[in-house]
Amino acid sequence: MNKSEILNTIHELLKNIAPEMDPTLLGQEENIREALNIDSYDALQFIVALCEKLKIDIPEQDYGKTATIKSLLTYLEKKII
Amino acid sequence: MIEFLMPSLGADMEDGTLVEWRKKPGDFLNRGDIIADVDTQKGLIEIEVFEEGVLEKLLVEEGLKVPVGTILALINPDGIAGKKSKGQPMDEKVPIQQPIEETRPVSFEEQNSETKRIKASPLAKRIAEAERIDLSSISGTGENGAITKEDVENAIATREGVAEMEKPKGIKMEIAGEPEKGKAGTEQVGMEQLKEAVPEKKPMGTVPPVEAIRSAVAAAMSKSNREIPHYYLEKKIDMSKSLSWLKEANSERPVQKRLLPAALLIKAVALAVDEVPALNAVWENGLQLKNEINIGFVVSLRTGGIMVPAIHQADAKSVDEIMEVLNDVIPRARALKLRSSELSDSTITITNIGEGSADKVFGVIYPPQVAIIGFGGISEEPFAENGLLGIRPIVHVTLAGDHRATDGLTGSRFLGALNKYLQNPETL
Repeated sequence: MNKSEILNTIHELLKNIAPEMDPTLLGQEENIREALNIDSYDALQFIVALCEKLKIDIPEQDYGKTATIKSLLTYLEKKII
Repeated sequence: MIEFLMPSLGADMEDGTLVEWRKKPGDFLNRGDIIADVDTQKGLIEIEVFEEGVLEKLLVEEGLKVPVGTILALINPDGIAGKKSKGQPMDEKVPIQQPIEETRPVSFEEQNSETKRIKASPLAKRIAEAERIDLSSISGTGENGAITKEDVENAIATREGVAEMEKPKGIKMEIAGEPEKGKAGTEQVGMEQLKEAVPEKKPMGTVPPVEAIRSAVAAAMSKSNREIPHYYLEKKIDMSKSLSWLKEANSERPVQKRLLPAALLIKAVALAVDEVPALNAVWENGLQLKNEINIGFVVSLRTGGIMVPAIHQADAKSVDEIMEVLNDVIPRARALKLRSSELSDSTITITNIGEGSADKVFGVIYPPQVAIIGFGGISEEPFAENGLLGIRPIVHVTLAGDHRATDGLTGSRFLGALNKYLQNPETL
């Protein structure tokens, strides 16, 4: 899976959680939760969905690395590629 | 004979539309069976029965909107199931209901005349209601002049043709309001982009419009503010121990089973309220204590408005079980697919504003309950203890109490008990 495929997956999963928003408009360093108005329950669902889709585990201490598109991409790249 | 009534699913509910009967005369009903789907301001709700017996007779047609308390069906507690004879022996504590001769069920004709019923298909009615189309202004082309979905759609098309230049209405207004909230990406997100980001207008099937939920919240909160003299208390609680307990617990769990602080807070509230039972009550002609501790948990909807499903007997559930209930009920609350017991059984409410947001939330009590507990976001703050100052994760917990029912001292005892449980998370 390359970088743009990972990005597409992120967008797709965010769209499921915030269907009325367009996650492709997110800035690289924008806080995803704040921008898309995602609460802590949905944030956990997003992480669950990422783990299931990408077949990885994101331990709780790494949740901080999922805050922006940039940090999340860097983190996932290391995990997958 | 037991009369099965249109239930009240909250202080704000005045009527409901019987969309579909799930059982038919002759069927045996067990406690908790879903007997019908009722359309309300809070979505399409599955209505459960709480008596056992055989469904004797249906008294309200599908598609009819009737006031709360209307007799919908008759259930024979001693009946032998007509077709299915899986009937267990009758429970002796079946409530004795008044004989039906005294409280005669309202006949179809009477209900029709009361609500000036217009013949229309349930779908047509829902669309008309959502689109604010007056059914009496439409002439039906269906069977016996009944108004069909197409008739309503034609009426909408006509209206929109006429009102082309008017301001967008309903759901479109919500879209126009979005840029404030979700400043996704660019500073100036144009209307066109937002429109694209919004899925096509939802099918009118079961999802009530944003306005219906807004007005349900408005009705309940106005009643509360009008009738309930609130008092407010606040306590600052150190969450260090609870959060380390959670961290430890989550490190052993697969991602799907991980716990949110909310699950722990709900359990702690349930145990604390068990020590101060006067807060687990309703005010209906005086204070009535409730035996079960059913915690209403406020769920915000993305389109605005809230739903408050009940977590039944939270004191008897483990933190994991509470998390499982949240995983089940939050998505259903957001999809407006709750069951009648989840909407009507709460005995006390929690509103949890969540991390990264406001420090404190002062709730408005959901009548007829007598208390609401508010959790602000957990954040680091200076905290003094035993003469030492440290930085701790802190949550500000508030209690709004009904001063007719309890006094500040009672509320204060509750917050003390809550603190005790959160300092000893292993006891939860």
